[in-house]
Amino acid sequence: MIGIMLKISLTLFALAIVISLYRIIRGPSIPDRVIAMDMIGVNLISAIAAISILLNTKAYLEVILILGILAFISTIALSKFIERGVIIEHKRDR
Amino acid sequence: MISIQLAIMIPFLAAIITPFFYKKLPRIHIGWFVLTVPIVLFISLIRFIPSIAEGKAYINTVQWIPSYGINFTTYVDGLSIIFGLLITGIGSLVILYSIYYLSAKESLHHFYIYLLLFMGAMLGVIFSDNLMVLYVFWELTSISSFLLIAFWYHRKKSRYGAQKALLITFGGGIAMLSSFLMIYIMTDTMSVREIISLIDTNHALFIPALLLLLIGAFTKSAQYPFHIWLPDAMEAPTPVSAYLHSATMVKAGIYLVARFTPVFGSHEVWFWLVSSIGLVTLFWGSFNAVRQIDLKALLAYSTISQLGLIMSLFGIGSIALQLGASENSIIYTQASFAALFHLVNHSTFKGALFMVVGIVDHEVGTRDIRRLGGLMAFMPVSFTIALIGSFSMAGLPPFNGFLSKEMFFEAVVNVSQSDIFSIHVFGLLFPIIAWIASVFTFIYCMIIVFKTFFGPYRPEKLEHEAHEAKVGMLIPPIILAALIIGIFIFPNMLGDYILRPGLASIFPSLSLEGSYEPISIWHGFNPALWMTIGVVVIGIVIFRIQSRRKSLYIPPGKWTFDQLYNSTLEQIELRGFKITSFYMTGSLRDYLVYIFLFLMVSVGGIFLFTDAFTFDMSSNAPITLYESLIVFTMMAAVIAIIFAKSRITAILLNGVLGYSIALLFVLFRAPDLALTQLVVETVTTALFLLCFYFLPEKEKEDTAQKTKSVNVIVSILVGIIFVSVALSVQGGKLFETISAYFENAYELAGAHNIVNAILGDFRAFDTMLEVIVLFIGGIGVYTLIKLKARKEAENIENQ
Repeated sequence: MIGIMLKISLTLFALAIVISLYRIIRGPSIPDRVIAMDMIGVNLISAIAAISILLNTKAYLEVILILGILAFISTIALSKFIERGVIIEHKRDR
Repeated sequence: MISIQLAIMIPFLAAIITPFFYKKLPRIHIGWFVLTVPIVLFISLIRFIPSIAEGKAYINTVQWIPSYGINFTTYVDGLSIIFGLLITGIGSLVILYSIYYLSAKESLHHFYIYLLLFMGAMLGVIFSDNLMVLYVFWELTSISSFLLIAFWYHRKKSRYGAQKALLITFGGGIAMLSSFLMIYIMTDTMSVREIISLIDTNHALFIPALLLLLIGAFTKSAQYPFHIWLPDAMEAPTPVSAYLHSATMVKAGIYLVARFTPVFGSHEVWFWLVSSIGLVTLFWGSFNAVRQIDLKALLAYSTISQLGLIMSLFGIGSIALQLGASENSIIYTQASFAALFHLVNHSTFKGALFMVVGIVDHEVGTRDIRRLGGLMAFMPVSFTIALIGSFSMAGLPPFNGFLSKEMFFEAVVNVSQSDIFSIHVFGLLFPIIAWIASVFTFIYCMIIVFKTFFGPYRPEKLEHEAHEAKVGMLIPPIILAALIIGIFIFPNMLGDYILRPGLASIFPSLSLEGSYEPISIWHGFNPALWMTIGVVVIGIVIFRIQSRRKSLYIPPGKWTFDQLYNSTLEQIELRGFKITSFYMTGSLRDYLVYIFLFLMVSVGGIFLFTDAFTFDMSSNAPITLYESLIVFTMMAAVIAIIFAKSRITAILLNGVLGYSIALLFVLFRAPDLALTQLVVETVTTALFLLCFYFLPEKEKEDTAQKTKSVNVIVSILVGIIFVSVALSVQGGKLFETISAYFENAYELAGAHNIVNAILGDFRAFDTMLEVIVLFIGGIGVYTLIKLKARKEAENIENQ
């Protein structure tokens, strides 16, 4: 039963990724795309969690954690890039 | 007797010591020190003569590369001793002459080093029995000749002449090397003596080897049509012209022909090529010599012509090998004998003539015959020597050229009556061409004497006041002139002791006991004498007519071999440049197209050709829904990247790709890969963003439709080929994988994680190098950012 549930949820996650991909490709403004990218990351976290339950392994827990951090960092980096044009600023008083 | 190896090495050793003497003893002319070398060698070679006249030969081997059969084997027999004596004898005289000819302001140490190098190399050529050693010395003569021609390297013409000589003689040298290798394949030996008995005239490589060897000999000896380098080599100092380009180096090709006559001589092609090219050269050289205005150029063409004469005589002599040991062959061996005789004679009179021309040039300041004249009263000794030399070259009695010219006429008359090799078809051409060429020879000999020493004296056209040269400068040509007359009076002394043994080594298979025929000064009223009388009469008539009319000939037009040589060089350079600039466009896109085309042809072509594209899907795992969904996502992202309008879209899509790959890694149960892939993907995206700050907005590419379609076709083809290759490889597994071994990771390496065990333990070497790669990458980035060219050194890339 749980196997079927997990497979259905996986399929839904994949569909969500495809939909966010559409937003990235189409997506009239850059922030739209960045949000879509963030959404893909979150969906990936959930999908990997579902897969690791399905495969009955703990090996992917680190992947989930890392992905959580990275999705955050990349979203921040992209936002900064959009806002300022740079992601690492120089100190002014140099 | 000193070993011949040592004799060959002495000039090289002396060349090493020479500059020290030059630096330490600046007051003594260095030539005096150098002069001892050829004199010592000459004396030591003379001591060989008695035993060689009895038919002995000296063989001596010093091992060099024995595993390849290359040993420094020397072979002293009649033929090589003739050349050895010429090289050392004329060498001594030339060095004596050069002491007075070159002023102390010249870089004398260079001159004598080159000259000694040449002398050693030339001795090496003639005494070597091993083909490869012979080739090494042969190229050494080319190099040292190149250096000597360009001795006055600040002159453009010298450099041109040196380059021309080097290109042509090296071309011939390469041909000769290939011939030697073919001979080695045929006979399996590098020794010339053994080759003579082992050669197989029916071997498929026999004719190519023969032709290539002759190309080598013809280029070196300035035979038609490779003669063009010799007149340009006259930019060298006159002692060099006298030594290299009349007496020794140009005779290396003659030596080669003589040495290989027993190997190839019995073949019809050899006879026809050697004798006809010789005759053509004889005619062409003498024809061109007449219209020269520079005395040295005239002598250069006359050298070409005389070398052709000697060459044709060797060609005629090779008939004797075809006839075998019989009565008939004697008249043909007599031709080879005449060749050897004329070889010695030519060295004497041409050496003397060059030296006289050098004296005239040195004392008067010009060699142009239009400016010279009336020097007889001022330079009586030089005039006498010039007269002797020229009349000997023209073939007049009482000089040695008369004897060899008579023998030459006899030989061509004899060969025209021969009936083998279907000579009778063209036989009559031999004496006719020879006779016409001799008329020209007579005319230019008269020009040398009469245009230079007779006529009005015009001091206003000369750079210096005319006066006789120093005694030291006159001694060498006087010695040569004395030899010219001496050989005429006692020809058989030279003939019996030196030339007969030489003849015996050209015809080792024939017993020449019965063929003894002494050279006679008076040999009765035979066709040869009538031909000589005809030459003199016609020659005088034409010379008189030509003196009255300024030029008998049309000037050399567009179609000369010099022109051909120059335009060939030019065209090669031009075409090479064009071809290179056609494909080396400097555009990275073009080079990528070449690389991908090559990949397609090599990989795809080989797979197609060997029928290796096999698609076996039976052992594939089933495809799940998520996998296909992810792959669909990736495909959509990839297609979108290609059409992306802005950079940021492209980079986001690239991130999608990377994350999808990470998800694939998760699905295929590779957690470590997935981790790394995620981190690397994020960092890469961040780096891209860093770079974009410095880049302009993505512009709409303005590429031509044609370029775009080529790009599309190439990329689609490359994709198809590699997908099909991957599928084919997947379908046919030849061996079991070795992954079972790594399942022992815990027992062998104490690790639960197989991937980490492989990276850190089983195959840790790769990991170490990957770390180094990262390290280098880091340092590279750091240096690129930190080390910037200073302002004054802005064009650091274009230096």
